Amino acid sequence: MKPRKFAYIRPDTVDEAVAVLGEYGDDARILAGGQSLMAMLNLRLVEAAALIDIARIPELDTIRVAGDKVEIGAAVVQNRLLAWPDLKSRLPLLGALLPFVGHFQTRNRGTVCGSIAHADPSSEIPLSLAMLGGEVVLRSLRGTRVLAASDFQRGVLTTAREPDELVAAVRFPVAPSRHRVAFREVARRHGDFAIIAVAAMVEDAGAVRLGVGGMTGAPAIRRIEMNGGTAARDAIETLAWDLEGFEDIHASARLRRDILRRIGPVVIEEACRCAA
Amino acid sequence: MKKYHVSTTINGEPVEFLCEPQQTLLDVLRDTLNLTGSKEGCASGDCGACTVIVDGRMVCSCLMLGVEAEGRTVTTVEGIATGDTLHPVQQKFLEHAALQCGFCTPGFIVAAKALLDENPNPTEEEARYWLAGNLCRCTGYDKIIRAVLDAASEMRREAAE
Repeated sequence: MKPRKFAYIRPDTVDEAVAVLGEYGDDARILAGGQSLMAMLNLRLVEAAALIDIARIPELDTIRVAGDKVEIGAAVVQNRLLAWPDLKSRLPLLGALLPFVGHFQTRNRGTVCGSIAHADPSSEIPLSLAMLGGEVVLRSLRGTRVLAASDFQRGVLTTAREPDELVAAVRFPVAPSRHRVAFREVARRHGDFAIIAVAAMVEDAGAVRLGVGGMTGAPAIRRIEMNGGTAARDAIETLAWDLEGFEDIHASARLRRDILRRIGPVVIEEACRCAA
Repeated sequence: MKKYHVSTTINGEPVEFLCEPQQTLLDVLRDTLNLTGSKEGCASGDCGACTVIVDGRMVCSCLMLGVEAEGRTVTTVEGIATGDTLHPVQQKFLEHAALQCGFCTPGFIVAAKALLDENPNPTEEEARYWLAGNLCRCTGYDKIIRAVLDAASEMRREAAE
């Protein structure tokens, strides 16, 4: 399949990019890594009058530690973040889950921000942003706004981004060193979209924060109290019914709930073991 | 539709081409430059048959526009051998019969070369993980992985000499 025709615009600065985006609005698509967008264009699942290529804008190609947050610009590709020497110490959750994002080929072009802007319900990177309580920085001619991850992703491929806004960066809070994490996902093949992805982070001795992707339109985040015995298992049982899951070509809602029941406790245990 | 003039280096040679914005790098390679080694399988980044190396990093050429190649250095499967001498990965694919229909082979060869450039001594697990973005629907992966690991040891032997 071949994409329909579109115009191609390569601005040199963010100001230029948002000016062009302001002009085209919904008719334009931002091209950064293109690893979701190009596939959708090739399969004609989306159409665009113009693509605005931001991949070469130097101010967007930065990983910056600002206070207790790591800010990642819109042009930073996933493999670059994966190779960032401070990743494991500052963002251990991303260190654990980035290797599951796509393949080497797609991680070499796919961007961190692009994955969040795309908002696939089973994607690992939006799950990590939601788990860590991160932020999305949106820029437009009207100015800059910063949204919490939970306010940004509204549902399946749906976000709070306005048509004239560019996802310029995302901010991940740096994990306190006492936080320990674990991540697992179930997919047909390594690198495929996860059917279910589960992340756990030990917040303090008595509680774990659990993040689940693939059950609902946006990542589901819950705090689970660990008062010994079967508390965690019971909480996950409740959570599975609560989230319900959905049916698609890969799995039924029932299979999704079942996978969550099986891997949820394992991931929690792994995170706890890691913390001890 | 406006055509763009793009200057690149492909397989060591400076190459200029004209393309329309919606043409992928794969379209340009195959249809404009007649480099038909790279294959189109899925056009969605799942199969890896179109894998090329851009500025030292392997990518799916079906998920990259021709215009995005401006100023970049591209290596395709046609640029892997040295003259008539096959690259060790190519030679080992032959020796291990790591192909049947051959459609996925160019992508595997390019991806395996990129792997061995980065990691000359991969474990089987590392090789399988690295090649997870390439699909084969007939030979099966066993022979392919054997060929890649054998090529790795061959290249280490050559490097030691």
